[in-house]
Amino acid sequence: MTSSAIEIPFTKRTLANGLDVIVHEDRRVPIVAVNVWYHVGSKNERPGRTGFAHLFEHLMFEGSAHHNKGYFHPLQQAGALLNGSTNTDRTNYWEVVPTSAVDRALWMESDRMGYLLPAVTHERFETQRDVVLNERRQNYENRPYGMALMAISAAMYPPDHPYAWMTIGSADDIRAMQLEDVQTFFRTYYHTANASLVLAGDLDTERAFELADQYFGELQPGVKPPPVACGEVSLAREQRLVFEDRVQVPRIYIAWHSPAMFAAGDAELDLVADLLANGKTSRLYRTLVYEQRVALDVSAHQHSREAGSFFLLVATAAPGQGLTGLLAQVDEALQRVREGGPTDGEMERAIAQAEAHFMYRLQTVGGFGGKSDQLNAYNMLRNDPGFFSVDLERYRRATPESVRGASARYLHDRRIVLSVIPRGQSTLALADSESVLVS
Amino acid sequence: MSADRSRLPEVGPDPAFAFPNIVGHTLPNGLQVRTIEHHGVPVITFVLQVDGGSGADPADKEGLAAVVADMVDEGTGSLSAIDVSDALARIGADYDADVNPDVTTFSLTTLTRFAGRGASLLADMTTKPSVRESDFDRVRQLRLDRLKQLNDLPTAVAERAFLRLMYAQHPYGHLAIGNDLALRSLSIADVAALHAATFRPPQATLIVSGAMSHDDLLAAASIFGEWSDGTRTTEQGPPAAEIEPSDRPALRLAVVPRENAAQSELRIGHLSARRKTPDYPALLVMNALLGGQFVSRVNLRLREEKAYTYGARTGFDWRRGISPFVLSASVHTASTAEAVRDSMAEIADLRDSRPPSDEELTLAKASLTRGYPRNFETAQQVARSVAQLALYGLPDSYFSEFVPKVNAVTREDVTLAAVRYLDPEKLTTLIVGDHTVIADSLATLGLGEPSVLPVEL
Repeated sequence: MTSSAIEIPFTKRTLANGLDVIVHEDRRVPIVAVNVWYHVGSKNERPGRTGFAHLFEHLMFEGSAHHNKGYFHPLQQAGALLNGSTNTDRTNYWEVVPTSAVDRALWMESDRMGYLLPAVTHERFETQRDVVLNERRQNYENRPYGMALMAISAAMYPPDHPYAWMTIGSADDIRAMQLEDVQTFFRTYYHTANASLVLAGDLDTERAFELADQYFGELQPGVKPPPVACGEVSLAREQRLVFEDRVQVPRIYIAWHSPAMFAAGDAELDLVADLLANGKTSRLYRTLVYEQRVALDVSAHQHSREAGSFFLLVATAAPGQGLTGLLAQVDEALQRVREGGPTDGEMERAIAQAEAHFMYRLQTVGGFGGKSDQLNAYNMLRNDPGFFSVDLERYRRATPESVRGASARYLHDRRIVLSVIPRGQSTLALADSESVLVS
Repeated sequence: MSADRSRLPEVGPDPAFAFPNIVGHTLPNGLQVRTIEHHGVPVITFVLQVDGGSGADPADKEGLAAVVADMVDEGTGSLSAIDVSDALARIGADYDADVNPDVTTFSLTTLTRFAGRGASLLADMTTKPSVRESDFDRVRQLRLDRLKQLNDLPTAVAERAFLRLMYAQHPYGHLAIGNDLALRSLSIADVAALHAATFRPPQATLIVSGAMSHDDLLAAASIFGEWSDGTRTTEQGPPAAEIEPSDRPALRLAVVPRENAAQSELRIGHLSARRKTPDYPALLVMNALLGGQFVSRVNLRLREEKAYTYGARTGFDWRRGISPFVLSASVHTASTAEAVRDSMAEIADLRDSRPPSDEELTLAKASLTRGYPRNFETAQQVARSVAQLALYGLPDSYFSEFVPKVNAVTREDVTLAAVRYLDPEKLTTLIVGDHTVIADSLATLGLGEPSVLPVEL
């Protein structure tokens, strides 16, 4: 492979029942990645039932009609690594199996795609509801700053907007869920017309399609659900929020609405995030952490999503430092980017990093972020599994002016500014911040 | 053709697996170099592993080795910290330093076309760090502030307290980050002294893996031949692995109070085995079926049956010397005592009343061996794996022998390992959680009054 040919070769066919099947051969290691995406996430939920898509993901590991017990056992027995995850836009499931166990993995994935419901009992449902409540306690409630993104999501969108809540959902909603909700959800979203399957690794392409057809071809197609209506949203002004947490030092979160994944400006905002806060050379790290030592850390990230993204900048104050000064410094750096854009040196560095990271993404066939996961992502969002090379071109084509333009267009003063401060130290918050409740 | 849903497809014979050839070289300065070809994607990884991790911290200077590791990317020669960061970015490098109890490991991954630049940069950074006062002061302050933040992170509080409970004042008894008092007392001279004592070619191993021939990999590594073995400024004491922990009676139950905690962070364990023990394959199998995988006694009971937790696991925190066996979980506050009782019962039962069944044994062995080749998909995975050989003094044939050795483990081996390496009477239970809420239920465990520990110790 040469640096000019960075791509993931693939073959895509659609079964008669609407299931997209994508195959990528990579024979270096005797393993096969099985990767299934369902085009459903928390943005398909409604207020009052937030967290449902993720709870449903848990149920997918509890058995299906023809294997009416735990999903892990037969796959562990085959030497598989497996997992699943839910985000706002999609739910994915994957196994990495030795070449000798492809049949078993496909049997298992197809069985839960086609025949899940007979295996979902009240008892299993209630157990997983409690497991998810524990997941929420462990990863959000019992973690410093763990509730910040919930407050931000709620503030950025009207309460009924599909991105107004996080994937984990509210604890009250999770407790209120009913088994009947599971059945409707499965019939609406879990079927061949709303899913895609990638097989990547040590197998022959034609054989892979035969196997896909053998296991998934019999499944009944459903009706492809309509896209979720995500109205255009914007903030009218800067909104300042604050909540107290069990933390030692205050932290500031600044969030802006930004272009959807792959839309104009999305790649540029990735590069802006790099130049602001990736590594010691980045502008904010250098100023705030390295030179002036007023912050402990700073990060920036364009959180790209299907129907609209957000750009998030986070800085943790050094002990004794207030957030007012930190915000002023951040604003000064933002203004310089909006006015002057990146230097040529910054652009070269950012592009070099992007190119290397695209190459690193070609190293693994399975798991989160492996080639199979990427093929499914591009297929779902662009209807083109081969979008990898186009994706890279977005970065190669970015110019100092396009980066400057994107920062000027999106990183303006209509934003959410959240202070998370140690309990009982309300004076550390930014002035004029409205107190929010998180739970 | 449609699927036969009446039974699961059988799994075919395991695919053949052979670990790629490891070629060893010794440079004139004494540095061990190992090269492994890994073709497919034009990427190369360098791993430099030096003896002396957090276990080499002098008693009153806990945290020093980690500061030394931090100073490695803070400047070298004419390059400032910013210049180093810039140089790494320009070759798209993925750089990482990891301070282990026995060794410190530096890893740099880049594209093969930058192999020379990557090697030269890593060599300069690790062997000739500038160690400037202002950088040292900033790095230390960031670590002091990080320590403060860790006090609010239940997992970190639990890890730190548990190591102290296991090892007391032994060199393994602290996290790499150390403690506040020790960090404050450090000087730049301490950094220079530990670097001089531990960063020496005869005590280090360089592993290079990537899409190049052995000759080219070795050529890329040759820049490390310029690393001279300077004069040692301080005598190092015996390595941590060779010091026996004191054989004092262990605390049965300890609590670090965390008011209004949403969950209790749980650790249950005791010192158990050394990584190099010949019983290692049996211990792996034993751990897999007890709590080392999703389908294991502990996770099935605590998560899938009782829903006390999002997940529970067991494992060995391996090191060269005696290492802890530990069960970890974050459990709902209201279920804390029940979770402890169930966990201890699972550990005890494996030794006597419920030895492993054939089915459990088969499952554990299959999950350890059948997917084994997936551990070696990237150059970085390969290089880090070979670094483990150097860390634990294992033979180059280790990876090729792994599957047959695990498959040879019998039920008797597992039972014997459980009897030899697990002792319910010696288990220490540590809870980071809301003590006022759980105190009454803890009293029913029969472990006596809990010792109440401070957040920092």
